[in-house]
Amino acid sequence: MARFKHETIEKNSILLLVLTLITVAIGGIVEIVPTFLINTTIEDVEGVRPYTPLELKGRNIYIREGCYTCHSQMVRSLRSEVERYGHYSLAAESKYDHPFQWGSKRTGPDLARVGGKYSDEWHRIHMQNPRAVVPESIMPGYGFLAKTPLNYRDIENDLKAMRMTISQAYSEEQIANARADLEAQADPESDYDGLQERYAKAQVRDFDGNPDEITELDALIAYLQMLGTLVDFSAYEDVVFEQQ
Amino acid sequence: MSTPHKDEVTGVETTGHEWDDIRELNNPLPKWWVYTFYATIVWSVAYFIFMPSWPVFWNGEWTALEGVLGYSQRGAVTEELAAIDEGRAEYMQSIAATDISKIQANPELMELAVAGGKALFGDNCAPCHGSGAQGFKGYPNLNDDNWIWGGTLEAIQTTITHGIRWELDDDTRFNMMPRFLTDGILNREEVSNVTDYVMAISGQGEMTAGAEAGAEIFGQQCVACHGETGAGNQELGAPNLTDAIWLYGGNRSDIYESIAKARAGVMPAWGGRLSDAEIKELTLYVHTLGGGQ
Repeated sequence: MARFKHETIEKNSILLLVLTLITVAIGGIVEIVPTFLINTTIEDVEGVRPYTPLELKGRNIYIREGCYTCHSQMVRSLRSEVERYGHYSLAAESKYDHPFQWGSKRTGPDLARVGGKYSDEWHRIHMQNPRAVVPESIMPGYGFLAKTPLNYRDIENDLKAMRMTISQAYSEEQIANARADLEAQADPESDYDGLQERYAKAQVRDFDGNPDEITELDALIAYLQMLGTLVDFSAYEDVVFEQQ
Repeated sequence: MSTPHKDEVTGVETTGHEWDDIRELNNPLPKWWVYTFYATIVWSVAYFIFMPSWPVFWNGEWTALEGVLGYSQRGAVTEELAAIDEGRAEYMQSIAATDISKIQANPELMELAVAGGKALFGDNCAPCHGSGAQGFKGYPNLNDDNWIWGGTLEAIQTTITHGIRWELDDDTRFNMMPRFLTDGILNREEVSNVTDYVMAISGQGEMTAGAEAGAEIFGQQCVACHGETGAGNQELGAPNLTDAIWLYGGNRSDIYESIAKARAGVMPAWGGRLSDAEIKELTLYVHTLGGGQ
């Protein structure tokens, strides 16, 4: 039997190149291909919709202020997490998140299901000074949000940018009504039927308690109050649990 | 097969590679390392077989092979939860099935319910009411015997289930005090007079002439909810103004602000988020904190 010689490969640059490519490609294929092919990891879940313009603005503020460095948005499928935060997160719940906010570190609690857990007023006090309601908290205060008017001159572009990355994210109608929808959501006396038709379960309130202007706090609280509220898990419990 | 070339200086075999008369010594990896490496390869193959891994095209769609063991993390968590539920089933079912006032009469069940309620309180209620249920400005202290919407078991259960001014729940507890100054119902002087009167009936001030004038306005505007003596009405969620307990502060400027702009605290509805049995546990826990009626 002829002894295998490294020399054959090492002295033939084309052969070396081809074999290197094959070796690297195997690693790449094993990692990448399943994410394209497996549709069972992303089950279709009813109720998930794109963020309303106001919520999207709030999400941008959430990212701008780096909330994700301390708060995750993913309930892992572990008993302790499910008992504390509720049903574990499904991939489809982050369908319209780009980039996703799953996070990898929890200095503060997980926020994936924080919507509706506290009142708007609690969030207002908590953003101003977290220690006022949670004495042991080490979160910084974000009082300036209540004083900063929300800049939404370019809200249509925000929606369009989301649609560039997530193709089904926003319809033409939603983009055309973006500004009106944003203003309607922060004003309970407005005509918000159109908003709720375009975005199911959209909550309409004066989130920051200041009816005179739409502030960044309005947007952030609107975003926090909708997190985890879109999917009705009682309707899915059997289906999801049967998949085991 | 030719004899391998040996390096003269070190006496070590060379690999046979030669570049410009330079040869490479052949010092292979230690055997223990090589066999450990082979073992990890074997392990990975076994892992592919036993654990969910390969995407396969099956019955017209791409799906993942389940693996011989059929493990899934969701399955694991579901089983764990089921095991816990089973362990708790006995008393959770009896809590769910037993009328809340009868749980109170059953010491064993009561002990379990209160322990469960305490854990739930820490997770869900403490951020507003405080970890000792002591409350904060705007969030009632639950240890005292002063109740805005009632402190009976039934009243507490309703409050927890449906919340207060929680718009997403149709049966939520709701009232709305007018913003007397903001909405132009009273002018500044009248609000000031009513403030003086409230200071007087709560034992913090004298019945001055201003307070007398305030009493008259109180009689027209406030008695419908707060009662003729200002003792409040739990049916309507109108607080007692004659005691020394204040949700939004009891000094003159706090009371003035409350009348001028009104307050409207909000509590989320927990029905749906928590199960009925869990709400019962919480109700019993809150009831035992000191002020249950």
